Amino acid sequence: MKPFDTLAAKAISLPDDDVDTDIIYPARFLLITSRDGLGEYAFADRVAGGDTRIGAGTGAPILIAGRNFGCGSSREHAVWAIADLGVRAIFATSFGEIFRGNCANNGIVAGVVTEDVAETLHAAAQAGDRIEVDLVGRTVACSAGTFAFSIGEAERESLLNGWNETTRILALHEQQIARFEKRQRVAEPWLWANETEQEITENV
Amino acid sequence: MGEQTPFESPGAATLYERLWTRHVVAGDPNGRALLYIDRHLLHEVSTPQSFELLRANDLSVRRPATNLAVPDHAVPTRNRALPLPPGLARDQVDLLRRNCGEFGIELLDLDDVRQGIVHVISPEQGFTLPGITLVCGDSHTATHGAFGALAFGIGASECGTVMAAQCLWQTRAKTMQVRFDGKLDDNVTTKDLILALIGQIGAAGATGYAIEFTGDAIASASMEARMSLCNMAIEAGSRTGLIAPDDTTFEYLAERPRAPKGKDWDAALAYWKTLKSDAGAHFDKTVVIDASEIAPHVSWGTSPDQVAPIDTALPSPAAGSRDAKAQDYMGLEPGKPLLGTQIDFAFIGSCTNGRIEDLRKAAGIVKGHKVAPHVQAIVVPGSGQVKALAEAEGLDRVFTEAGFEWHSAGCSLCVAMNGDTVPTGKRSASTSNRNFEGRQGPGARTHLASPATVAASAIAGHLADPRKTS
Ligand code: SF4
Repeated sequence: MKPFDTLAAKAISLPDDDVDTDIIYPARFLLITSRDGLGEYAFADRVAGGDTRIGAGTGAPILIAGRNFGCGSSREHAVWAIADLGVRAIFATSFGEIFRGNCANNGIVAGVVTEDVAETLHAAAQAGDRIEVDLVGRTVACSAGTFAFSIGEAERESLLNGWNETTRILALHEQQIARFEKRQRVAEPWLWANETEQEITENV
Repeated sequence: MGEQTPFESPGAATLYERLWTRHVVAGDPNGRALLYIDRHLLHEVSTPQSFELLRANDLSVRRPATNLAVPDHAVPTRNRALPLPPGLARDQVDLLRRNCGEFGIELLDLDDVRQGIVHVISPEQGFTLPGITLVCGDSHTATHGAFGALAFGIGASECGTVMAAQCLWQTRAKTMQVRFDGKLDDNVTTKDLILALIGQIGAAGATGYAIEFTGDAIASASMEARMSLCNMAIEAGSRTGLIAPDDTTFEYLAERPRAPKGKDWDAALAYWKTLKSDAGAHFDKTVVIDASEIAPHVSWGTSPDQVAPIDTALPSPAAGSRDAKAQDYMGLEPGKPLLGTQIDFAFIGSCTNGRIEDLRKAAGIVKGHKVAPHVQAIVVPGSGQVKALAEAEGLDRVFTEAGFEWHSAGCSLCVAMNGDTVPTGKRSASTSNRNFEGRQGPGARTHLASPATVAASAIAGHLADPRKTS
């Protein structure tokens, strides 16, 4: 994953509340098994309904969204589609939890802001302002001022470093995992029935 | 926070905290925990990219035996005796088959009677057990919390992480107790309870919380009814819905194919009986609902919290508001009664309400009646085993004689990516869990309700109160 540095760019304003991942990426496109080029299907039904705010060809690197953005289905396609539109940072007053986790795993900053800041950012986005994101300082700035946003400390660190969570866990915690397994085998043998020691692969 | 010691719980703990602590492999300075994951369910839609992640990093699956795969979302539920027609769905199912073959993961394939919706087949097979952590690339994984398992939905990247490392970094949730006191009215179900709760606290009301459901109405509920309830925790924003295991749970699990046997069963049972919240345990939030006061609920909007008792009138929201936009999409007029709203489709199925008890309940209401002529009504059992059991009990004939279609197992009209779909502008009464815009097809209008309500509505031809039908 590419490390996230600073970002200064235009933003899209999408103030609707409860934009679920079915709206972001309609289910029928889930038949596609690749993760590239999905921006073409982003918000497809909204676009078909005449919504010109977002969708293929309307990308900006920053998205200012409404409350509970990305709620619903866990489909990571929603994040891949948004990423393919060129979005690198999303700000909202709240997010669907699984969506938020998926953002971090794909190099996208999902920052939580207060109602007031959200309103200011929407206005700035609609006015075509440049918005600046500083992940190190956890601030977002527009012509109206500089504001704090919140993001999990772990997500922040991972985004800044561009870490691959999977290989990182394996590199740093293999021994702890093996120790845990040894103990669980004794404490809860029914979870290990018919599984021999050799069947465990150590991904190191 | 340094490294935590697994297998030890603090004094007065909630069930969630107990399950959490038991699975901590390591902590980090940011307050997260590396959680050990005991079981992983896979389906064809959320895992192609997970296997790609394994390949890209040259990784194998750490414990293949802890994974179980099944195709459900994309598979057609008609003409299943035939091979899948060429196309994206077939390619996707083929890909799952190839991936499972290559990485040594067991697959319950389309011709297997055990095939069905992930959240239906896993409990059925005894793959879901109390006390475990269970994940799936699917937001309705909370369903398995009905067994006292710490179960939550994850993204495709995380599915890859779990397969390779058997662990995930997680942030501990706050805890919310939802207590349902009293006894449910006849033909009122746990589906109505969860819809009422979501209506009360909102679609993000439990975001950041792990819910534990307690109270008389839970203690007396069957496992099927408990699963319907936990299934929709995510519709209130929570990834986790828990119920402490009890005799109902243990009876359900005894003799299930993958449940522990013999000495293992005894040891497991002794442990499972300890899985509950202590009397003095602290919940960050408590919600109490009197179950005996709950009427059948029906959603009227495009978010599951836009829901009301069926015998009330639609709200009259301010112009331009979220509620007004939803009513507009739904083609509903403010202030009108919900009862009597004409429907075009009736769908009984999904991981919320596609289990045997749901079909029995619906069949009890349908028996001796006919589906209204303008309604297309379909029943889609949640698994091949539910289908076989229903057929052995003659439920399929009750449905087909009334004019329902009887399908094979799958997600079907819950997600409309498999050939079953509601046309634009048409109105559907559905036992599924999401009434999002376009969920049952572009422009489709979905009313969520219980199997009893959907069955009664299919016969009436409009939204109907099941308490007045049987
Ligand atoms: S039935 Fe619906 S909610 Fe359940 S797993 Fe299938 S698509 Fe998801």
